[in-house]
Amino acid sequence: MSYVKPKFRHPRLPTNNLGYTIADYDGAISTLCAGCGHDSISASIRNACFLSSLPPHRIAKVSGIGCSSKMPTYFLSRSHGFNSVHGRMPSVATGASLANRDLTYIGVSGDGDTASIGMGQFIHLMRRNVNMTYIVANNGCYGLTKGQDSATADLGSISKYGDVNGFDGIDLASLAILQGASFVARSFSGDKEQLEPLIRAAMAHNGFAFIDVVSPCVTFNNHAGSTKSYSETREHLDVMPVDFVPMREEIRTQYAEGTNQSVTLHDGSVIHLKKAMTGHETDDRQGALNAIKSNEDASRILTGLLFLDPNTQNLNTSLELATRPLNELGKDELCPGSKVLDSINEGLR
Amino acid sequence: MKKIKGINDFVVKFANVNGTGSASANHLFAKAIFRMGIPVSPRNIFPSNIQGLPTWYEVRVSSKGYLGRRGGVDLMVCVNPQSMEKDIASVEPGGYFVYDNTKPLAPHLRRDDIHFFGIPFTEMCMREYSVPRLQQLLKNVVYVGALAALLDIDFGILKGLLNDQFKGKEKLIASNVHALEMGYQYATENFQCPLPIHLEKGGNVAPHILETPHILMNGNTAAALGAIYGGATVAAWYPITPSTSVIDSFAKYAKRLRIDPGSGKKNYAVVQAEDELAAMGMVVGASWNGARAFTATSGPGVSLMSEFLGLAYFAEVPVVLINVQRSGPSTGMPTRSQQSDILAAAYASHGDTKQVLLFPATPRECFDMTVDAFDLAERLQTPVIMMSDLDLGMNDWMSPPLEWDDNYQMDRGKVLDAKGLDDAEKWGRYLDVDGDGICYRTLPGAHPTKGAYFTRGSSKNEMAVYSESGEDYVHNMDRLLRKFETAKDYVPKPKTHPPIEVKKPKTKLKLGALFFGTSASPSYEAVEMLADEGYPINTMRIRAFPFHQSLDQFIHDHDMVFVIEQNRDGQMRRLIINECEIPPGKLTSILNYSGTPITARDIAGQIRAGLKTKSAKIVPLHAENA
Repeated sequence: MSYVKPKFRHPRLPTNNLGYTIADYDGAISTLCAGCGHDSISASIRNACFLSSLPPHRIAKVSGIGCSSKMPTYFLSRSHGFNSVHGRMPSVATGASLANRDLTYIGVSGDGDTASIGMGQFIHLMRRNVNMTYIVANNGCYGLTKGQDSATADLGSISKYGDVNGFDGIDLASLAILQGASFVARSFSGDKEQLEPLIRAAMAHNGFAFIDVVSPCVTFNNHAGSTKSYSETREHLDVMPVDFVPMREEIRTQYAEGTNQSVTLHDGSVIHLKKAMTGHETDDRQGALNAIKSNEDASRILTGLLFLDPNTQNLNTSLELATRPLNELGKDELCPGSKVLDSINEGLR
Repeated sequence: MKKIKGINDFVVKFANVNGTGSASANHLFAKAIFRMGIPVSPRNIFPSNIQGLPTWYEVRVSSKGYLGRRGGVDLMVCVNPQSMEKDIASVEPGGYFVYDNTKPLAPHLRRDDIHFFGIPFTEMCMREYSVPRLQQLLKNVVYVGALAALLDIDFGILKGLLNDQFKGKEKLIASNVHALEMGYQYATENFQCPLPIHLEKGGNVAPHILETPHILMNGNTAAALGAIYGGATVAAWYPITPSTSVIDSFAKYAKRLRIDPGSGKKNYAVVQAEDELAAMGMVVGASWNGARAFTATSGPGVSLMSEFLGLAYFAEVPVVLINVQRSGPSTGMPTRSQQSDILAAAYASHGDTKQVLLFPATPRECFDMTVDAFDLAERLQTPVIMMSDLDLGMNDWMSPPLEWDDNYQMDRGKVLDAKGLDDAEKWGRYLDVDGDGICYRTLPGAHPTKGAYFTRGSSKNEMAVYSESGEDYVHNMDRLLRKFETAKDYVPKPKTHPPIEVKKPKTKLKLGALFFGTSASPSYEAVEMLADEGYPINTMRIRAFPFHQSLDQFIHDHDMVFVIEQNRDGQMRRLIINECEIPPGKLTSILNYSGTPITARDIAGQIRAGLKTKSAKIVPLHAENA
């Protein structure tokens, strides 16, 4: 593990539309194990924010507890972050999003944080369609407490201690599709070609966007017999290439060869997909579930954009919130004053 | 046979069946007395049930303006055969028992020291109304009519109230007024009206009551209005009796008062969470992001919120929690009142935590303290828990009107905006620049390059960087303690009253009484009873935790101090012993934990007994080591 992050940067680092360099999206140095999949996800989030030209200070990072939830420290130092309570990030994110609808929210969680202790909150977060990107760094085990199986560990996967997992793993992507999530994707921490555009699309999506990222644990779940090791994952991956084109670049972009589905998001940006791998359209929930299941039956991991409803109604809409963020309202908007109180008193006599 | 007498001074109790529409008739009775300008305090004593179980409504009338329970029943109105035997037994000798004699009263139930008034409510309603629902509902109105004759209630006021209640539904008004008249007529024709206990407009009512145009409202509605006026924009909650009506009322008023005039959209959000953990999480998230957010709950909800309360304490996030206490532990008696979350709230969460508590005693204080709670939470950057209870929250209380100063400014505490950050010489989220333990916070999105930091439940240094250094940890914990000391200057101070003059005191001991919340009203009454008997007792009403220095002084200045509260373990007494430098033996517990609010007679009786033994009934802590 490195313990010093070099401050040196090339003087002519490329800048994005806002004039920021990639270094403006850096975080603190990671304290995770060398080779941890989570660090690759952090890098992809950083790159995605840079490429999409999001002002770093207008992003808020939220997480629960666990290795995964430490990640927000390691990207976007200029963003506020909240490392909250185990399994309870969804509620913190919901509250934060209600207080200020104008920020971009990135939630980072793990399989323990989401699929076990936080399952209830995760489901209700999707049910409410909170406008945020929710990434699960999924390694099938508890890292910080030294390698116990998590609820996403696959049936038959062997733990570091030699125990065979006797329970069916929970598939978070299928669950999200079933629960009505409006954007559901799966990716692999080692595949930044796919993960970066997925994160960009998720952030551009106007509603709840879920990305389940297989992210191997090098220390406790990277051995022979584990179904979530680097080699096992790579070997069984079914990759659906994804390209994300922000709204303002659309005119200049060449369509990738072989693209056969394009989805336009709420803000005008476009996602290009090769759906040859699955054969289902992204607005087909049942088709997505079938594709995941048939891949799973064939011991394959299907990655890519699995489901998308670009015209969904997020929580702000369902609650009929005014457009001005609640945290900007002052006494004049909020306090009805003494005359109103006098008439309320009158009604209580 | 003796007859209890009393002008504007008696207790009436109604024994009903839950779910038969008695609540609105009983409310009509109490409100009419209130409109006559006579102090009244009604209490619903109800089961955890929607239909079928016995339920009671107790109405205290007190010319002096005592709003706590007195104890005892002077007149019982019984329309529930299930509970009749006990109801008859509960009437004071010389008291009155009004009952439905459609079926004759079993001879063994008769008492020869109380007066029976049989009225055939059922028979009358069966005869007059054909719709079964009306037969049931209007039975309640008939007994109110009879009481109007027996107690001399202003009939015009009763009619006026029915007009208000059923505005626009003329048919309903007519049938209700008819029912009232039926009862009234029956009583005047068959009994000598009014009874020796009755009402008299103006009469002997205490001048301080007559001078103020009082209102009748419950604490939960008042707290909800406090949240509206205090500028709350996010309410996240999970339904739990007896706190539910706090959020219901907030939503009702917000719908009226918080709509953006341009768009017609909402300048507030109410979210019914999946559980109390999520409710508190949403409050924490919204407050962290600069909105005024709150939740309301009761005992089991406080337990579920405790983990987040620890995070908010340690990460220094403002939180407003309205805890409407009920009888615990566990589900306990969910529709019965208690003050039994004192310790759970004061030290809510694991590790070393101390939470700021407020103790309202009236609806007016529920309103004021909810506004205070938002200011305090942001000023102190910590959770503030308002400790109401079922008795205060769900019952109607006569209260001076709510008041609002239009010059009020929200105290948003130490928050640096973009300009503040640019002007600051050095900023660290947990740097105690001012020495009061309160540091400067920033909100997400405020500044492009400055002020971003990581909020976390784990240990950190002054610059908000993760740290497991013992030195950093201790430094931070000590600062939090310093902040708690600072809180003493901000929270509402205790209230004392000038001592009641006693001409020939029967004791040389200097006596004091401490109490808070709904224990206050009956305590004041008990103290006056005891003063009449020759025992002068000074009082102090605690209004907040951390305790003000004057509490220590009060205890030091007295030889014997009674701590009056509504829980089994004397939780406030224990909290005082924990937090103040005082000998525990000085504090004597006066307790009631039956679930029904403590009465003045009960308090006076326990104090008399305490004075006889002249020592604490509760064994001092660590007595076994002495």
